Amino acid sequence: MSDEYRAMMHRSEVAVSVELQTQDMTLNIGPQHPSTHGVLRLVAQVDGERITSVEPVIGYMHRGYEKLAEVRSYAQMTALVNRIDWVSGFASEVPFIVAVEKLMGIEAPERAQWIRLILTELFRISSHMVFTSSYPLELGATTPLFHVLRERERVLELIEGMTGGRFHPNFNRVGGIKPAAGGGKTQKKVSMDIPEGWLDATRATMERVMLSTHQSDTLVTGNELFKARTVGVGVIPGDKAVEYGLSGPNLRASGVAYDLRKHEYHLPYDQVDFDVISAPGGDCYDRYWVRLQEIRESVKIVLQAIDKIPDGPLRAKAPRVLKVPKGQIYVRGENPKGEFGYYLISEGGQKPYRLKIRSTSFSNLSILPWVLKGALVPDLVAVMGSLDFVLGDVDR
Amino acid sequence: MEDFIVAAVKTVIAFALLFTVVLLLVWIERRIVAFMQNRLGPTRAGPLGILQTLADGMKLLFKESMTPDRVEVWLYLAAPIMALVPAVLIFLVVPIGAPITIGGTEYTLQVTDLNVGVLYVLAMSSMAVYAIALAGWSSGSKYPLLGSVRSAAQMISYEAAMGLALVPVIMFNGTTSLAGIVEAQGATYFGFLPAWNIVLLPSFVVFVIAMFAETNRAPFDLVEAEQEIVGGFHTEYSGFRFALFFLAEYINLFNMSALTVVFFLGGWQGPVFGPTVLQWILPVIYFFAKTFAIVFLFIWVRGTLPRMRYDQLMGFGWKRLIPVSLAWIILAMIAVGIRRFGLPWA
Repeated sequence: MSDEYRAMMHRSEVAVSVELQTQDMTLNIGPQHPSTHGVLRLVAQVDGERITSVEPVIGYMHRGYEKLAEVRSYAQMTALVNRIDWVSGFASEVPFIVAVEKLMGIEAPERAQWIRLILTELFRISSHMVFTSSYPLELGATTPLFHVLRERERVLELIEGMTGGRFHPNFNRVGGIKPAAGGGKTQKKVSMDIPEGWLDATRATMERVMLSTHQSDTLVTGNELFKARTVGVGVIPGDKAVEYGLSGPNLRASGVAYDLRKHEYHLPYDQVDFDVISAPGGDCYDRYWVRLQEIRESVKIVLQAIDKIPDGPLRAKAPRVLKVPKGQIYVRGENPKGEFGYYLISEGGQKPYRLKIRSTSFSNLSILPWVLKGALVPDLVAVMGSLDFVLGDVDR
Repeated sequence: MEDFIVAAVKTVIAFALLFTVVLLLVWIERRIVAFMQNRLGPTRAGPLGILQTLADGMKLLFKESMTPDRVEVWLYLAAPIMALVPAVLIFLVVPIGAPITIGGTEYTLQVTDLNVGVLYVLAMSSMAVYAIALAGWSSGSKYPLLGSVRSAAQMISYEAAMGLALVPVIMFNGTTSLAGIVEAQGATYFGFLPAWNIVLLPSFVVFVIAMFAETNRAPFDLVEAEQEIVGGFHTEYSGFRFALFFLAEYINLFNMSALTVVFFLGGWQGPVFGPTVLQWILPVIYFFAKTFAIVFLFIWVRGTLPRMRYDQLMGFGWKRLIPVSLAWIILAMIAVGIRRFGLPWA
């Protein structure tokens, strides 16, 4: 082999290796993209379809609720807080109201608390059904969406029957709950309570919800392709999940059986019997599975609550103009998506001095850059969907 | 001269037939998927919404066909045409009925019977990848580029599986002409079982799976996976250019279903009886009935399954389908050998 030939070979090898160096492409996913749940923007560096790094850009939906709270009265705020996470409006109303009640030293009567519990669980069912319907859609299966949303509509009808609103009930009042829907001035005494036939309708609907979860099981849960897309994808180990402040089903799917409904509750969760669902895998499949099981647990809770709901007044005595004494408090509750908390500082007077909202989706979203490193673009969709965040909740 | 006229008439009829069928097909798909999903689907345009596709087509026709700034103009304009033409051309060799005899002359119910029909079909269906790859690349946008890279990889690998699945068919029937293959399936086993090539079950399964990938349909519709890469290769297309892609996709869907019927389900074969006219019409009815059964399979799968991931798709093609086809070819080869030459020890 001549030296000249060897040199030529070397040159060509160098040429080839230079040619094969590829540049990463910057892929802007969102804010207008079919699967970013609204207006999330992800700036991803992709090598072909493999993601080398991803950076979420948030704030496109910032509505300034924390600042708004400083210029709104407490009564006006209940209408705002259920718009933070619009899929589970009622569940984020409760901690706020409880915070105000605790500062004022008022306790809602028992019946009101039970109604709050039932509605919270109905919203949990509704929120998880949105997930179990839209998650297969993100993986390309269109049919489950329609089957599950049809049953969710029944749940929304229940909520509407009680509160008059489907998404934004604005149903809590300091010291209890608002008069139920459908009552005018003359009927006030009658309509103060649960509408007639509502409890039976709830029982019937819960049956349909159970049927719907069964349908999801047969159509989605065992599906080979669904498993291929989700098992082992986007694995979040328990310690990482804790580190990033994940909560709710996302945390429980990583093997940490932590549910605020068992640890720190303001509603009579201790009087109902339910299990904390958790799964060890921490992958997308487990996050789906945990939510599906939680629907069943919530149905259990609702059915028990219907039987246990006591008679009595719906509202404690509270002043017409709410003046909250000086003080500060942090109240959190188990939102369908996880831990949802309010840090409320009052300097006395009709408005909060400062309201810090610890929103669930914001913390749940924060793990995206870590979990997506090295994933494929289709995995990005699968992981993003499985974390089940609402952009209104992220940006507040 | 007479040949020319016959060919011209056949071409026009085939063209008209194909487009009518596709118009119906889109409507059928939307209705069936809708029923699977507790919806009604299109019901407004015409009786039962049957004219919906036409209405959509008209709307797209009058829409502005936008050309983005950063496209490679000529390729961008050529890509939709390149998608449509091969799709239409495949149909020319598909026999849709038994040959009919009028006044002593025999007319075949296919535009032309190529003696290399199978190769022609494979060649034309591989042409589709050029359209998609070029459309994605020439759009000068990132999502279409990802889509076109996916499509190139996907279609090339499934092309191989598809071709291999057809080898046992060719060996069994001893011809590569589509009319010949259908003729050969007219025989019967034991005097009553139709000798359809579906007995080559592994081939049939591989072909059907490859067919899903080849037509970019769910669960292999990664090329236009909306949730991942927005519209895939046709993200930057609008108006009638988009309509051409759409049309090509559905023509391909129909073609592939028709080819499955021709290769494996006996084409137009079926019990024929009655007067001459009925004997002409029945095979055509059989052909379309079988084809729409396969189309229903397509729609059913679309309504049921989620999408596969790109790497899983490739792995499935190269690690499962192709080895299975190869092994099956060897088995089929032995079977054909025995049938022709007898057992080696006999």
